[in-house]
Amino acid sequence: MSIFVNSDTRVICQGITGKAGAFHTKGCKEYGTKMVGGVTPGKSGETVEGLPVFDTVEEAVKQTGANATMIFVPPPFTADAILEAVDAGIEVICAITEGVPVIDMVHVYDVVKRSKSVLIGPNCPGVITPGQCKIGIMPGYIHQPGKVGIMSRSGTLTYEAVWQTSNLKLGQSTCVGLGGDPIVGTSFIDVFERFQQDDQTEVILMIGEIGGDAEEKAAEYVRNHVTKPVAAFIAGRTAPPGKRMGHAGAIITGGKGTAAEKVSALEAAGIVVAPSPAEMGQAVAEALRRRG
Amino acid sequence: MKIHEYQAKELFRSFQVPILQGFVARTAQEAADAYRKLGGDLAVIKAQLHAGGRGKGTFIEVPTQRGVQLVRSAEDASVAAKNMIGNRLVTVQTGTAGSMVNQVYLEQGCKIARELYLAVVVDRAEKLPLLMVSSEGGVEIEKVAAETPEKILREHFDPAHGLMSYQVRKLCKKLNIQGNAAKSADFFMRKLCELFVRLDCSMAEINPLVITEDDKMIALDAKITFDDNAMFRHPDLKELRDIHEEEPAELRAANSGLSFVKLDGNIGCLVNGAGLAMATMDIIKYHGGAPANFLDVGGGANTQQVTEAFRIILADPNVKAILVNIFGGIARCTTIAQAIIDASKEVGFEVPLVVRLEGTEVEEGKKMLRESGLAIISADDLTDAAKKVVASIA
Repeated sequence: MSIFVNSDTRVICQGITGKAGAFHTKGCKEYGTKMVGGVTPGKSGETVEGLPVFDTVEEAVKQTGANATMIFVPPPFTADAILEAVDAGIEVICAITEGVPVIDMVHVYDVVKRSKSVLIGPNCPGVITPGQCKIGIMPGYIHQPGKVGIMSRSGTLTYEAVWQTSNLKLGQSTCVGLGGDPIVGTSFIDVFERFQQDDQTEVILMIGEIGGDAEEKAAEYVRNHVTKPVAAFIAGRTAPPGKRMGHAGAIITGGKGTAAEKVSALEAAGIVVAPSPAEMGQAVAEALRRRG
Repeated sequence: MKIHEYQAKELFRSFQVPILQGFVARTAQEAADAYRKLGGDLAVIKAQLHAGGRGKGTFIEVPTQRGVQLVRSAEDASVAAKNMIGNRLVTVQTGTAGSMVNQVYLEQGCKIARELYLAVVVDRAEKLPLLMVSSEGGVEIEKVAAETPEKILREHFDPAHGLMSYQVRKLCKKLNIQGNAAKSADFFMRKLCELFVRLDCSMAEINPLVITEDDKMIALDAKITFDDNAMFRHPDLKELRDIHEEEPAELRAANSGLSFVKLDGNIGCLVNGAGLAMATMDIIKYHGGAPANFLDVGGGANTQQVTEAFRIILADPNVKAILVNIFGGIARCTTIAQAIIDASKEVGFEVPLVVRLEGTEVEEGKKMLRESGLAIISADDLTDAAKKVVASIA
């Protein structure tokens, strides 16, 4: 098993006729993802990478049986695209787009919460179940089917963790990029809940960063609800307060959201915290060892 | 994006959020004129700076001058303005070098009955805008939050409907605000929350917020930060940006689509991805070095951007070595390799350059660097890279 996506997942790309949409549709298709079509308003009848383009998500779902989408539309239209996917009953919505206004996400989150859809992102690399389905921009070849469930607020740092766990021959069950924005559709806790129930996932790696209190809340959740071994890394131990570190969400404000606070909350919950980003793979191995 | 108090107050005025009469001045003469226009027997003159803590701050050139002062004549206003404009104000938030003041704001005085604190932010945990009010006005709110968090009252609101009157009634009840003052509070808070949503703010802070002796709620200070991601729908707000308030290197980076933050160390970093960039800083520190910057070249970095990134890093005289850490996803290692070669021709690397490449087109990228004849220290993984760059300047 795996979480969110597998070899049966049927994926469309919203914004497929754009440069990024077309490029990554090709990449996902080559990886083996069941890409079934795309959506760009006003471009129905065209094809991209041999896939049919539709005007609306509703039409795409009707014609292709799609149950997942990968969104590449520009930031001013991202909220609209996500809500269209929810309306069409898409189960897994991956919003890759970076730069969505936070007020837009307040409304989007509220609608998603009341629906049956899951939103991953925005401003995220996507989700991948190695060997089965890749939705997003991550380099496929670094992944390996296996036992580590990985979740992260950062893209390239996830690749680093994936690479390390692949080199240790642990492999990954599913890797979820949550996104670097202040408001994202899926939280660490949502993913912990799924990894805990997933047979294939034997150990969980959480990659957090400074800002907000999502990692502290996740630590509390792990303490009470997760029986599987957990490892973690927090990026930004050296970040100064008040400076946005690339991600809109990665900022220490009012003395809150520091790496030190997060690390101590995680360790108090029995989570193995990697002291350096080069040791994420070892931390996972250590978490497994401690459980025997 | 941050703006000045006087700019925030102009926006308050357009949304009917109550403020006092005031004028901005850029010379001592304008300050004297502004005092006369206000027509009262006293006014407050305030240095305009994005940084907080102005009231307790002093000027490097005129150590007796504070950042905020009460004046009782046009002459006083003129003298204070002369002390402030063109000089550097040092506050708890500016660092010891201080920040240049280019304009002052003159405002009417008022008779204060109570001082409060108010802020609106987007609460990430609840995924909603959040209004916070505290009876502890005029003091450092971080201190209140840490020592007596129960003194900060909180009301979330739905941006579609705005703050509701019952929410203000709840706050007033707890703050013991009654009668006309409560009516004024209802108008004030609801208008401010409307402004917050309509203008895509990420933070609005008023400290102090006052209730006057005649029961009016008024913003004595005003700080606004906008959501950078929403600026596409507010072309008019972009005009309010004051580039003098920004670190020149950060501004230059932003113009090239790079995310850059200057730090105090001596190891320049060039990384793709914000999380990996932070982690790279962390691992340098972990191995005993000090990063000179945070720099994320982004996912789809091209040769020009990477070359510009090198120029920005090398413009910092503190930089004694550079660490390039790329995990190619969308960004290809060959692009980065080409950029390193191009940049070396143009800027020349007089400092050690440690390069760690991984990911898309890694073998081709490494080959390009090997064949370039450049004196590059190649690293196999993150730890190796960090150790080598720290050792290179030891």
